[in-house]
Amino acid sequence: MNLRFISPKISQKIMKSVFWAAGFLAILILLIIVGYILIMGLPAFSLEFILGDPIDSGAEGGILPMIVSTIYVTLIAVIVATPLGVLAAVYIEEYAGEGKIVKTIRFGAETLASIPSIVFGLFGLAFFVVFLGLGWCVLSGGLTLALMALPTIMRASEVSIQAVPRSYREGSLAIGATKWQTVYKVVLPAALPGITTGIILGMARAIEETAAILYTVGAALTIPESIFDPARPLPLHLYILATEGISLENAFGTAAALIIILLGITIVTNIMVERYIKRMMGR
Amino acid sequence: MKYKMESIDLNVYFDEAHILKDVNLKIHEKTVTSLIGPSGCGKSTFIRTLNRMNDLIDTFKMSGTVKLDDEDIYDSKVDVVEVRKRIGMVFQKPNPFPKSIFENVAYGLKTHGMSNKELLKERVEESLKAAALWDEVKDKLDMSAMGLSGGQQQRLCIARTIAVNPEVILMDEPCSALDPISTTKIEDLIHKLKNEFTIIIVTHNMQQATRVSKHTAFFLHGEIVESGLTDKLFLEPEDKRTEDYITGRFG
Amino acid sequence: MQRKWEEFFIEKSLFIAAISSIIIIFLILAFIWGEGLPAIDAVGFFNFIFGTEWSPSHDLYGVLPMIVGSLYITGLSLLFAVPLSLCCAIFLAEIAPSNMRKILKPTIQALAGIPSVIYGFFGLIVLVPVIREQFGGSGFSILTASLILTVMILPTITSIAEDAIRSIPHEYKEASFGLGATQWQTIKNVLIPAAIPGIITAIILGLGRAIGETMAVIMVAGNVAKIPNSIFDPARALTANIALEMGYAQGLHYNALFATGIVLFFLIVILLVVTNYIHYKKGVTIGGGYL
Repeated sequence: MNLRFISPKISQKIMKSVFWAAGFLAILILLIIVGYILIMGLPAFSLEFILGDPIDSGAEGGILPMIVSTIYVTLIAVIVATPLGVLAAVYIEEYAGEGKIVKTIRFGAETLASIPSIVFGLFGLAFFVVFLGLGWCVLSGGLTLALMALPTIMRASEVSIQAVPRSYREGSLAIGATKWQTVYKVVLPAALPGITTGIILGMARAIEETAAILYTVGAALTIPESIFDPARPLPLHLYILATEGISLENAFGTAAALIIILLGITIVTNIMVERYIKRMMGR
Repeated sequence: MKYKMESIDLNVYFDEAHILKDVNLKIHEKTVTSLIGPSGCGKSTFIRTLNRMNDLIDTFKMSGTVKLDDEDIYDSKVDVVEVRKRIGMVFQKPNPFPKSIFENVAYGLKTHGMSNKELLKERVEESLKAAALWDEVKDKLDMSAMGLSGGQQQRLCIARTIAVNPEVILMDEPCSALDPISTTKIEDLIHKLKNEFTIIIVTHNMQQATRVSKHTAFFLHGEIVESGLTDKLFLEPEDKRTEDYITGRFG
Repeated sequence: MQRKWEEFFIEKSLFIAAISSIIIIFLILAFIWGEGLPAIDAVGFFNFIFGTEWSPSHDLYGVLPMIVGSLYITGLSLLFAVPLSLCCAIFLAEIAPSNMRKILKPTIQALAGIPSVIYGFFGLIVLVPVIREQFGGSGFSILTASLILTVMILPTITSIAEDAIRSIPHEYKEASFGLGATQWQTIKNVLIPAAIPGIITAIILGLGRAIGETMAVIMVAGNVAKIPNSIFDPARALTANIALEMGYAQGLHYNALFATGIVLFFLIVILLVVTNYIHYKKGVTIGGGYL
């Protein structure tokens, strides 16, 4: 559209409506996708679906093993990635100063965050499954997901540690607390809301990830009894149901379950974080 | 009377900037010493050098000696954490931690290894009473300190500092962010505390210096122009520059 | 002095945590290279990259169709996503009233949070039939994949571009308004030019996300390992190539899939280097360089 020959007033009006349209389009897209999945998926929802075992490769029956598998791999990912990510952030923000090391570490985290998930899947297969001999199992999948969640948690922790006022640190050091005591008892509690949000982001990434677990976690239809058993988390189940044409109805149900879990976690943590901030800041 | 702290030929640099020049000052025990001077004269830098807070700044460099009870606190064998335990600090802006009132005061005690609950309670109460805050907060010790008023927050920070029983308390313009009523309360508090602690206070308020301190040092461009008894310094200054400053001709 | 040892020990432990991401990257590199290089050796670098035949049953491993497929799909999705995202970003940064922002911001975040397998599923069930009816063919096509990817990279580009526009000093805007310019003239002539480095970063990060996406693409692109002729043809992306065949690959085939991973890795590293260069050159710090 050549606006040069249109008066500024009119072009202003036209462009303003274009921007509004773009905003509404984004909202519309979200509503359509989420609405469609939920509307189509909810009919499949029942107690038997959520708490039942799949029958006939998932054509019938429920998704309990998939829910359990999702919880297992996600927990492993978060348990491994959180301490690494938070401590790395503490090192960068509180100990390292600005130097070559920090730049290198940051570039490393950036690179890690940008590696496509299927490449993580390849690595998980070559390293955890084959090289370490763990086989296709919950542990291999969970560890692969941990690598993906690490940069997310690290970055969020860095940002929130950075946002802790210097005066808190000074107040603590001036009392004769050591650097670590200051970090552990003052800086980290103050940064906790942001770190928690980061952990949840990392967790969400682990819950929804498919490509990275495609060849690391196996595809078993039963509840894994140990972390060395194969499993089939929800997204993987959805992928198999949908592409192998096993059951459209159960695919919708699985998709809806996935969305509800992600939504639920986000909402619950947001409320928790808000409460924590309220208590901390005395509002 | 005994000297509690002493700086000898102290020079401080941030990068190339020469902030303090050959500062020599003796601090008398269990009295209040005021550091006055126009902004940028180095008085804040000086007070932060006394408990090694400037160590946190990468570009900080110094030469000379700072003594606490005849021991050089910058000696390589000295533990900086130990120094700060003995020399507490109250900052310009009240900086309570985003924790409960109780936890704020108990923080230093816990940090230094006190874990007995009863003892902690006792000590917290004592400190809050000593900081003249107890009556205002005794019913809401579990509330976040961030909900207190500015003046209350500053007294809380003083309580937090005296809870660990330091020998010296440094105050870096502790009233600059407060209203007049809160300021009066803090000044009253300082009067009470000087019987137990050696207090060094940076202030840009000359009336405050005359009200609270026995000794005063006047800083200008990183040097001490004049120091001595407060009354003498304000009534019969020896140096022309001191006179100019206290009569409000600059600064 | 025990405390000093404690602090020393803590610092060293933190350091190890901090370099873990670098260690992981080296491990990834080592293992992907280790498994992938034998294939490139056996096939020959040139034949691997520029070979147009991918047929594991005949031991033919030319990855060019997948490179072209990936480029087509990402290119087209950028074509759709860039204008839309920039409009959203400008809308959020400059035009939207605060209650509209309060709705649109979480919307964009939610779009980023939808699992890629659900995007793929939605594309498979809804978009593929629509494309089939409108344009003929199977409905599995570059166009279908690009449309889905457009929605997937919209949040990336929008949020980073919004930050870039927001970070422009208020005075610029005031100066322009002061000269009697309209809001659109100010956006077009002042804000966008000033935000260009950040906008480019945003686009590159979106590009990175599009290239790396696997599940959504695999479910709607048709996955035919042939160089496509039009956007209505099916195509196979690099990511899809790996995901589709890894389940049964043996021997040289297995290695060739890792080699495909190397190609993918390289594309991403190139993008990273470009963004870092922009950051370095223009001092852009938004987005933190994260793809």
